[in-house]
Amino acid sequence: MALLSLRELTKSFGGLSAVKNLTFDVAEGAIISLIGPNGAGKSTVFNLITGIYRPTSGSIGFAGRDITNLKPNAVADFGIMRTFQNIRLFAYMTVLENVLVGRHVRMHATPWGDALHSPYQRREEDACRERAMELLEWFGIARYATDWARNLPYGMQRRLEIARALASEPKLLLLDEPAAGTNPAEKAGLMKLVQSIRGRGVTVLLIEHDMKLVMGISDYVHVLDYGEEIAHGKPEQVRHDQRVIEAYLGKGA
Amino acid sequence: MRALARRFPSLPLGLHRYRLDQLVGGAIVVVALLLVPVLDSNVSQISAFADAGYVLLLAFGLNIVVGYTGLLVLGYAAFFAIGAYTYGMLASPQFNLHYNFWLMLVVSALVAAAFGVLLGAPTLRLRGDYLAIVTLGFGEIVPQLLRNLDKFTNGPNGIVAIDQPSIGSYSFGFNPVPYYYLYFVVICVCLVLLNNLRHSRLGRAWMAIREDELAAEHMGIDTTGVKLLAFSIGSAFAGVAGVIYASKVTTISPDDFQFQVSVMILLAIVLGGIGNLVGVLVGGTIIALLNFLVLPQASNWAHAIGDKFGIGALQGLDLTNYHFMLFGLILVLVMLFRPEGLVPSATVRAELRAEQETA
Repeated sequence: MALLSLRELTKSFGGLSAVKNLTFDVAEGAIISLIGPNGAGKSTVFNLITGIYRPTSGSIGFAGRDITNLKPNAVADFGIMRTFQNIRLFAYMTVLENVLVGRHVRMHATPWGDALHSPYQRREEDACRERAMELLEWFGIARYATDWARNLPYGMQRRLEIARALASEPKLLLLDEPAAGTNPAEKAGLMKLVQSIRGRGVTVLLIEHDMKLVMGISDYVHVLDYGEEIAHGKPEQVRHDQRVIEAYLGKGA
Repeated sequence: MRALARRFPSLPLGLHRYRLDQLVGGAIVVVALLLVPVLDSNVSQISAFADAGYVLLLAFGLNIVVGYTGLLVLGYAAFFAIGAYTYGMLASPQFNLHYNFWLMLVVSALVAAAFGVLLGAPTLRLRGDYLAIVTLGFGEIVPQLLRNLDKFTNGPNGIVAIDQPSIGSYSFGFNPVPYYYLYFVVICVCLVLLNNLRHSRLGRAWMAIREDELAAEHMGIDTTGVKLLAFSIGSAFAGVAGVIYASKVTTISPDDFQFQVSVMILLAIVLGGIGNLVGVLVGGTIIALLNFLVLPQASNWAHAIGDKFGIGALQGLDLTNYHFMLFGLILVLVMLFRPEGLVPSATVRAELRAEQETA
C-alpha cells in the first residue's frame, strides 16, 4: 500500500497554476525523486504536502489518513519531516539542540515537568540526548555537537538538516535539493547517506537537480514541467523519454 | 547515559545538572546576600535592596518573551499592574476583602498569565515592530482603565491600606527586612525554574521560534501554543512581582505602572545581556540600585553641598527626577560600546559580531 498518495492535486496562485492535477503514489520504503526544470513546481509540491500551502483542489493521503488541510506542525506529528532548499537551521542553537528540537514531537514532558525537571522529564531528556548523539554519530557530525549550527561547514549543515529531520523518527522524509552547493565528494557521501536512511525503513521523497545522484539512487522518478507531470518511470525509462529531454533542453535537441 | 558520557566526555549531556564550581560560586553569593540585612542596619538601604527584587522578577519574565522567544513586548508594566491590583482589590478595605497573601501570590500569577494569553492570542501573527506597537498600546490601556474604573479601582487615588503579609503570628509590617528575604526566596526559586526551562523541550521550542519560526513549525512545534506559553509564563512573573510590590508599599495607583516601568525593565535586560539569566540578574540589579539607592543618595549629597556653600540650585535639586535622562544615557552608551550587554549570552555576542562583520 502507498504511504503517501497525491490525488489530482492542484495549486493556483491567481491565474498561475503552480501544480496541476498531480497524482502519484509513494510506496513505503522507496526512494522517489521529483525532478524538473526550475519553476516546475517541485518545491510547491513539498509545501503542499507539509501544509504551508492549502491545495486549490485535490487531496493528500498519508498512511491511510487524509492530511490535506493540516497545519505544518500536525503534518510533522504524523511522521513527515522535511529539509529546505535554502538551509534553515536554528543558527544560534547548538548542533545537539537543533536535533533535539527536531525530536520535539516525540517528547512529552509538560511545561510543568520542564520547569521542575521532573523525574519523567529527566529520563526523557537523557534518552533523547542519547538518541540525538547516536544520530549525529551516524551522520559523522558528533564532534560538532556543542558548536552552533551556523559555524558548521556548508556540507555539514546540509547533513545536520537531514539529521534534524530524522530526529523524530519520521515515516517519510522530504529532501529538497540536499546536494545543492555540495562538492562531488560530499555528493557521494550524501548518496550513501540517503540509501542508509532508506535502509532503516524511512521512505524518501527527493527533489534534486543532480541527475547522477537522482539516477543513482531513485527507485522511481516523476518529472514535472510547468506544474504538470510529463513523465514517470524507472530512472532508465525517464532518462530516454523524449518529453523529458525536450523539457530540459528545449525542442529539437 | 553514563556510557554515552564516557564516549563523548566533552559533551554537556547533563546540561541541566549543575557543575561544582557553579554550585560553590552560587553558594558564596547566596550567603553574602543572606547576610546583607544582618550587616547593614540602614532601613532605607534594605528597602532599596528589597525593591530591586521586583525589578528582577519583572526582568526575568520579560526575558522569556523578549530574550528567549524573540517577541518584542513594550507594555510589560501592564501585567505588573494587573498583579498588583488583583492583590490590592482582594486584600484591602476597598471591598473589605482580606484574602491570604500567599494564596494571592498564586492567584495573581494566574490572573496575570490569563491576561498574557488575552494579549497574546490576537497578536500572535505580528512580529517585530508591529507587535511592539500593539503591546505598547496595551501598556497604555491598562493604567487608563485603572484610572477610570473608579468603582473597582478607586480611580487615580488608587488603593490604600493593602494588607501586609504575615507568617503565623509574625506580620511583615513596614520593616523591609522580611520583604528582602521574601524576594530573595522567590527569586531563587524563579532562577531554578527558568534555568530548567531554558534547557528543556519548551525552552528549546521558544528559541527555535526566535531563530526561524517556519522551520520550527515544520519540526512539529505548535508555534501558537508555545508563544502563548511564553506570554503567559512571562506575565505570571509580573503578577507575582505585583503582589509583593503592592504588599510592601501598601498603596498603589495607576501612576505606578506607567510606560516608564516597561522601559526600565527592558533597559535592565538590555544592559545586562538579553537572553542570559546572569546578565538579566546583573542588569536588573544595576538599574534597580541606581533608581532606588544611588540617585536618592546623590540628591542628599547635593543638598548637603548646597547647604554648606549656600548654593540654592543644589539645595533644591532632586536627582531622582532625572533618572530617565540617566537611563537614556545608559542605553545610548550600552548600544555604542557594548551592544551585547554586560554579561551577554554567548549567542547574542556572536550574533552581533557576525552582523558587524557583514555590515
